[in-house]
Amino acid sequence: MTTTPTGATDLPFPGLSGVPTTDTKLTGKDFTSDQEVRWCPGCGDYAVLKAVQSFLPDLGLRRENIVFVSGIGCSSRFPYYLETYGMHSIHGRAPAIATGIATQREDLSVWVVTGDGDALSIGGNHLIHAMRRNVNMTILLFNNRIYGLTKGQYSPTSEPGKVTKSTPVGSVDHPFNPVSLALGAEASFVARTVDSDRKHLTGVLAAAAAHRGTSLVEIYQNCPIFNDGAFDAIKSPDTKADAIIPLVQGQPIRFGVEGSKGLVRSAAGGVEVVEVSGDNEGDLLVHDATLDDPTQAFAISRLTDAGVLHQAPIGIFRQVERATYDDQAREQLATARGGEAAPSAEQSRAALSALVHGNDTWTVV
Amino acid sequence: MTTEVKQLDRVIIRFAGDSGDGMQLTGDRFTQESAAFGNDLSTLPNFPAEIRAPQGTLPGVSSFQVHFADHDILTPGDRPDVLVAMNPAALKANLPDMKPGTTIIVDSHDFTGRNLTKAGYAENPLEDDSLADYSLNVVDLTGVTIEAVKEFGLSRKDASRAKNMFALGLLSWMYGRPTETTVGFLEKRFAKVPAIRDANITAFRAGWNYGETTEAFAVRYEIKPAAMAPGTYRNITGNLALAYGVVAGGVASGLPVFLGTYPITPASDILHELSKHKRFGVTTFQAEDEIAGIGAALGASFAGSLGVTSTSGPGVALKSETIGLGVMTELPLLVIDVQRGGPSTGLPTKTEQADLLQAMFGRNGEAPVPIVAPQSPGDCFDAAVEAVRIAVTYRTPVMLLSDGYLANGSEPWHVPDVASLPEIEPGFATETNHVTVGKDGQETADFWPYLRDEETLARPWAVPGTPGLEHRIGGLEKGDGHGNIAYDPGNHDYMVRIRQAKIDRIADSLPPLEVDDPSGRAKVLVLGWGSTYGPIGAACRRVRRAGLDVAQVHLRHLNPFPHDLGEIVQRYDKVLIPEMNLGQLSLLVRARYLVDAVGYNQVRGLPLKAAELAGALADLVTQTDPEAADVLTETDLEDIVR
Ligand code: SF4
Repeated sequence: MTTTPTGATDLPFPGLSGVPTTDTKLTGKDFTSDQEVRWCPGCGDYAVLKAVQSFLPDLGLRRENIVFVSGIGCSSRFPYYLETYGMHSIHGRAPAIATGIATQREDLSVWVVTGDGDALSIGGNHLIHAMRRNVNMTILLFNNRIYGLTKGQYSPTSEPGKVTKSTPVGSVDHPFNPVSLALGAEASFVARTVDSDRKHLTGVLAAAAAHRGTSLVEIYQNCPIFNDGAFDAIKSPDTKADAIIPLVQGQPIRFGVEGSKGLVRSAAGGVEVVEVSGDNEGDLLVHDATLDDPTQAFAISRLTDAGVLHQAPIGIFRQVERATYDDQAREQLATARGGEAAPSAEQSRAALSALVHGNDTWTVV
Repeated sequence: MTTEVKQLDRVIIRFAGDSGDGMQLTGDRFTQESAAFGNDLSTLPNFPAEIRAPQGTLPGVSSFQVHFADHDILTPGDRPDVLVAMNPAALKANLPDMKPGTTIIVDSHDFTGRNLTKAGYAENPLEDDSLADYSLNVVDLTGVTIEAVKEFGLSRKDASRAKNMFALGLLSWMYGRPTETTVGFLEKRFAKVPAIRDANITAFRAGWNYGETTEAFAVRYEIKPAAMAPGTYRNITGNLALAYGVVAGGVASGLPVFLGTYPITPASDILHELSKHKRFGVTTFQAEDEIAGIGAALGASFAGSLGVTSTSGPGVALKSETIGLGVMTELPLLVIDVQRGGPSTGLPTKTEQADLLQAMFGRNGEAPVPIVAPQSPGDCFDAAVEAVRIAVTYRTPVMLLSDGYLANGSEPWHVPDVASLPEIEPGFATETNHVTVGKDGQETADFWPYLRDEETLARPWAVPGTPGLEHRIGGLEKGDGHGNIAYDPGNHDYMVRIRQAKIDRIADSLPPLEVDDPSGRAKVLVLGWGSTYGPIGAACRRVRRAGLDVAQVHLRHLNPFPHDLGEIVQRYDKVLIPEMNLGQLSLLVRARYLVDAVGYNQVRGLPLKAAELAGALADLVTQTDPEAADVLTETDLEDIVR
C-alpha cells in the first residue's frame, strides 16, 4: 500500500485515506461558488446540490483536494456550483477522465456527477469499466428517467411505452436498472437514494465517500419539467411505506405500513415480497451488503419496477472490499522504483541516458 | 576452395517467407549484425494484417527488406539486389519487384504440387526457365536444416522451423556479417528451451558453414563500414524511439507521464514499451476504448501529469471530441497518431500519410491543434520531445504524426546526449493572479484560469491540490479571463480568435527552416513532411548527381507552419510536394501561400520509391528550366531512374 500523508483522515474513511485534511472548520458556504445556479425551479438537482454542499465539510478535507468531474446533461452543471476543482467534460466521458485523475493523484477526493443518459447511454462503456476496475471515485448518477437538457426525449431508464417527443406512440425500449447493471459490472459499492430524503442521501454519500474503490450511487431525481412525478410513489406520504423497500445493514428487510411486508428467498432462487406473519417472520431476509457473492444484492435490485415506479429498494445494496485499480497502479510504480521516492531530476536524466543507450551500441570515433 | 571477395558500396536484401517462417526476426537479426558492423542502414518490414494468414498463400507472405551501405543512405531501397524466398508464395509475391540479374536464393523444399498450386503456380518455376533472367540459387534450406539439427531430437516440424536461422547464417557468410550478436541473442531468447536454443544456433552456424564449404556460392561481398559522425550509435525503430521520446519529455518537464490508450496496429508497441518504464514515473492505462484512453489522459493532465494517448487513424477519429475538449480547456496533451492506410480499417499494417488533414481539421468548431511530424525512425525521439515542449508550454493538445513505415522501420541512431534535452517548464500556477473589486470597493484576490501569458498566450495551469486556486473548466465557451461559462457573441468571437492566435504564436519559437540548395541555383523546391524524407532526399541526390539543381525543405511543424515557409516557397519557380496521400500538404500550402504547388502522390501502402520520384523530379526540373534539359544526357536520365 502507498503511504498515507500526515493529517490524512483515518478510518472510517479508507476511501479518502490519501487525501489531506484540514483543521479549519468549513461550512456549506465555503463550498458554494459564485456562479448562479440555473436549473429549473423545483428541479431535484437543487436538493442534491444543497445536501452535497452541506455534507462536504463533514469530510474534513482540504477543499482544494476535492475534484468534481461531470459529463453533459442538466445534472452535469453541478461542478460549476461547487467551490472545488472541477471539470464539466463531454457527454458520457466523466468516468474516463476521473480515472486519469484518480490514478495520478491519491491525494484527491474524486467525484463524478452524471445522469441516466450520460452514464447509461452514451457513456455506458466508461461507467461499467470504471466499476469493474474499481477506481477510487464516487459516482453520483442522477436518474430522472428522461433527457432534460435536450428537452424531453426518453432515456435508457424510461419505462416501456413512455410517450415523449421522440416516442409519440410510446417507447419500445426496455430500460436499464442502474443498480442491477452496476452489480453485474462488478461494482464494489452500489447504493440508491432519493433527492428529497436529505437524511438518507447524506448517509449514503458518507458511506460512498468512505468506500475505497468505485462507489455508484443512483439518486432518484425528479424533473418537474419533463418527467414530473416519476418518483411520486416513493415520495407521497400515502404510498411511500408500500413503495420503498429500505435496506438497512443487519436488519430483516421489511416495509409497508407497520412493516407488514417483507422479503424472503423465493423458490425460484431470487427473492420475493411476502405479507409478514408469525409463520414466516423467521424466514425474512436479513440485509447484508458485505456479502462477497452479489447474487442476493442482485435479486433485491430486481424488485425495482422497470415500468412506472411503484416499488423500489433504497439503501446500500453492496459494499465489499476489493483492491482498487489506482492503488495497484501506483504500487507497481513504487515497486519499479524499489520503494524509493521519486528520483531527482539528475537521477532521472542519468537513468534516461542509460535507457536510450540500451545494450547494443557502437561508437564511431 | 578460394572464394572471390567483391567490394560493393551498398546492398539491398529482402527476406521473404510465410508469416510463420520468422522473416521479421531474420531481417531484424541481419540488421543488428549490420549495425554492429558499422554500415549505415535502413529497413522496411512488410507483413500481413492477419496474425497467421493461410499458410503458403500469397496473402500470408511476410517480408523484411534491409538496405546497408558504406555511406550514408536514406531509404530501405527500391529494388532488392538479393531475394531470399522461403516458399513458392514468397517467390511469386516478391518477383515483380526484382530487376534482371537479382540474386534469388530459394528454399526448394516446398516447391511441390499442393504448395505450388496454393501460390498460384501451374508449373514449378524452378524447373522451367521462367527465372532465367535472375541469378538463381536453389537450396533445400529446410532439408539441410533438419539434417543439421538432428542431434537435438526435435520433431520434424520444430527442426524445420530453424530454417530461417540457416538462411540468416548463409547470408551472414555471404556479406561478412559478425555473428556474435545473433548467437548471443539466440542464447537469451531461448534460454528456457535448450533444445530449441541449440538447434537455432546450430542451424545459424550450419548456414554459415554451408557458404564456406560447399561450392554453391562462389562470391562473398564486402561492404565497408560507413563513415558516420563521431558518437555512440544503436539501431532503433520509430516506435521505440518515439516511446523513448515520451519518457524523455517526462524527464525534461519533470512531469509524471500518463499514457491512456487502446491497442491498435501499428501503434501498440508504444504502449508495450512505455509499460516497461514505470520507474520513470510512467503510468500506462489500457482503457476500454480509444475515447476512454484519451479521456483518462486529459484527466491526468488536469491533475498535473503529462497526458499522452497513442493510436492510429481510426482511433484519432474516435478521440476527436476529446481533443476538442483539450483545445477548449487548454490543457497539455500529446496525441500520437501512427498513420496507416485508410479510410476506415484500411490497411492496418501498411503505411500512409493521409491523416494530415484529419489532424488539422478533424474536429467540430474552430479547434486548432499544433502538428509535429518525425522524418525518420530515430527522429521520432526528437519529434516526441518537441511535441511535449509545445503541449506543455502552450497548454494545448499536440498531434504527433508518425506512420507505419517509421514505426517499424529502423536505422542507426546517434544516441542523444541527455544533457542537450530542452528544459520544458510546466510553470504550475501557485498564486492568485487577479483582483476583483466588489460593488463596495472591497478588493479580493482571486484566480482567473483564462488570464493569458503575454508572450505565449498560454493560460495558467493550476493543479488540484493548490489552495486558493479552485476553479472549474469545461467544454462550454469560456469568458475571457475569468473562464466562467459565457454565451455572448463578442466573447465567443474573441475566444475563437485568441485560441487560434495562441497556436499561431508557436511559430515564434521555431528555428528557421533549413533549405538544402547546394548550388544555390535551384529553380525547383521539393517540400515534404514525415517519413517521405528518406525517398525525397535520395531522389534529390540522384537528380543532383546528374547535374541538375534542386532544393529540398522538410517540415517538422505542419501547424503552425514556420514563419519563413511562405517566403521560401515563393522564392522557387516550382514547388513539388511528394506525399503518401492525394495531396494534403499541397492543399494546405496552396491555400496558405497561393503557390501553385505540384503534387507527387502515391497511396500504395509502401514508402515512395526514390528512383521513380527522382524521375518525376528531373522532369519537373527540365520543364521548368529548358537549359537544364540541354545538359542532360540519355545516360544521366537512365541513372536517375535506375
Ligand atoms: S429539465 Fe428537468 S432535470 Fe433539467 S434542470 Fe429542468 S427540471 Fe431539472
